[in-house]
Amino acid sequence: MKRRLTFVLLGAVLTSVIVAGGLYLSASDGDALQIPKAVEAGSSFSIPTRAAAKAVLYIVSPAQVLRRNVEPGESVVIAAGDLHNAGHYLALLSGPGTTEKAEFDVVPASQPESLNFLAKPSRLPVGRPGGISGVAYVFDVYRNLVRESTPVSFQLSDSAGGTQTRSVPTRNGVAWVKMDSAPRAGAAQFLVSAGNVSEKRVVQQVPGEPCNLRMSAQRSGQRMILETAPVRDCNGNPVSDGTIVSFTQTYDGRSEATVDVPLKRDVARTELPARDGSVISVATGVVLGNEIRVGGQR
Amino acid sequence: MRGWLLALIIVVVTAILITIGTLWPVQTAIAMATPRLMSSSSSPKGAAQNLMQEIRRRNWNAAYAMLANKSEFQQADFIRDLTGSYTSLRSYAGLESFDLSPERATADEAKFRATLNWSSVVGTFQDVRELRVVKEGDRWQVEWPINREPKLPPQVIPVNYLRWDVIYRGAEDDWGAQDVESPHVRIVAMHPVDRGGGTIILGELLNEDVVPAFVTVKATLLAKDGSALATEDSFANISHVLLPKQVTPFRIDFPKVRLSQVDNVRIEPSSTLVAASADPVIGIEDQKLNPLPTPSLSGQLVNQSGQVVNIAHVLGTFYDSRGQIVWVSDGYANRALLPQTPVAFSLPYPADLAGKINNYRVVTSTFSVGRFQ
Repeated sequence: MKRRLTFVLLGAVLTSVIVAGGLYLSASDGDALQIPKAVEAGSSFSIPTRAAAKAVLYIVSPAQVLRRNVEPGESVVIAAGDLHNAGHYLALLSGPGTTEKAEFDVVPASQPESLNFLAKPSRLPVGRPGGISGVAYVFDVYRNLVRESTPVSFQLSDSAGGTQTRSVPTRNGVAWVKMDSAPRAGAAQFLVSAGNVSEKRVVQQVPGEPCNLRMSAQRSGQRMILETAPVRDCNGNPVSDGTIVSFTQTYDGRSEATVDVPLKRDVARTELPARDGSVISVATGVVLGNEIRVGGQR
Repeated sequence: MRGWLLALIIVVVTAILITIGTLWPVQTAIAMATPRLMSSSSSPKGAAQNLMQEIRRRNWNAAYAMLANKSEFQQADFIRDLTGSYTSLRSYAGLESFDLSPERATADEAKFRATLNWSSVVGTFQDVRELRVVKEGDRWQVEWPINREPKLPPQVIPVNYLRWDVIYRGAEDDWGAQDVESPHVRIVAMHPVDRGGGTIILGELLNEDVVPAFVTVKATLLAKDGSALATEDSFANISHVLLPKQVTPFRIDFPKVRLSQVDNVRIEPSSTLVAASADPVIGIEDQKLNPLPTPSLSGQLVNQSGQVVNIAHVLGTFYDSRGQIVWVSDGYANRALLPQTPVAFSLPYPADLAGKINNYRVVTSTFSVGRFQ
């Protein structure tokens, strides 16, 4: 059904363009219609005509086509909202013995009505200068890109209460900024506003690589209870729970036991066999921690 | 006339085939046939064979009835021994074949080493039992070496569950409404090797993000002129769900492309953000390399959490003395992992690599019934 409607509309637009093109060619030497050079999208205006008989007015652009019947001597009123797509238009009045034309622009309303906001990335480590980018597209009420320079305010508020604010004018309808990720981990609210409209995105600022990974061991019968100190990044943020910490026990250089343990409440805890002479090491990702020799500390 | 001749030939050939099949039946046919076709229990090997045939047919009543030591355990224990107490690979495995190796025989007693080859959806696994066959009157009966799964005393094992849930963008969202990003993953090692006339890509993949990832690795072998020789992806030889900072090995086989044909390898890791759970934690203990003739890395899986793990996939990465990956092997535990209860595993590796392997690393991925991961 949607596809059929699209084809019908496409057909209508093409037909109108062809008709208007023909009329334009035939009216190339005709008189000019009295239309303002620029009209705000969706505004109401009238077009005076000098038609001596019934005629038809075509208003054509790549995005929209209007057709109005014109009575002799009457003006054509374009109601508010009828002409809402911004762009370059051609108006043609065609009647018996009369062909008039004019070209004009429909410009977007200057008042922003909606914003499209792209905030990238949705997740990044803390302390990255210029790591967060925000791009805002400003649209009017009819979803025309507002090309007139408009001030746009970007505000990034981190979980610790720190705020970065920038105000940037749009260029051709687009405004963009780069912001730094905060030194504290947490969800940052990234707010953009233009006029009375605003949009919000969440940027997760996550801890960096673990710093100074250390574990301690305690013998419990035939087992060694192993527990890391709270694992933090170099900014002091607790590394995300669920991060895998690998404990490996080797004897004579060969692996004897391995266990991958997720961090819970900042620490990883597990147990391995207490074999004297074996060495237990700890690592997470590509970060290595300390080693413990069973039967003697290292 | 010709029609009659053809019919006669068909009848004669059919009769010959029936005769051959009856006199020299294949193992599978014996299993499917009536007990009359089974070996006689008047010999120790016949008794052991009959027992294996009944196990293969999953005829538990008949198999249990053949045992000499029925008084030591109940039929339910016998079934649990063979199929597992909890859902596991064993629950749906079939006994594909068996091998009986005589070890010792006297007038009243014989011993066999029975190798049971089970087939499951992820491949075969072996179960080796020492069978004692004893003479009861004029018949031989098998004493089944029952293997009871240990029972844990009722207890509470405290676990702080940790899981990730994901809210994805909706279908009705505007194009400006961004989705959550895919996890960042990185290939930390890659090594192509030539084996058996084919090429194998070995490597390791790290999830360097703070969220869980579902990962796959695709490899394309490129010729000198830049054309693609073959494309494959890792399927079984990878742990697909990676928690933050977790490393998985991967192996991609190209059996029909020789390494000498390959000029370059294009590796494409892909990751998707998935909901996942950080539990259970599986310890891998008592790891050791077993010597030739059947070289393998064996060990024990210990479920350190409180829930039963039904399927455990084990992946082993083998390194040489320079720390380079020389092989990646995978296997499954055929029994469910009960809390705190060791279950054996074994990962085979090629015999010619036995001298090269200097170290190894084992990881597991698990599946529990009723849990999404």
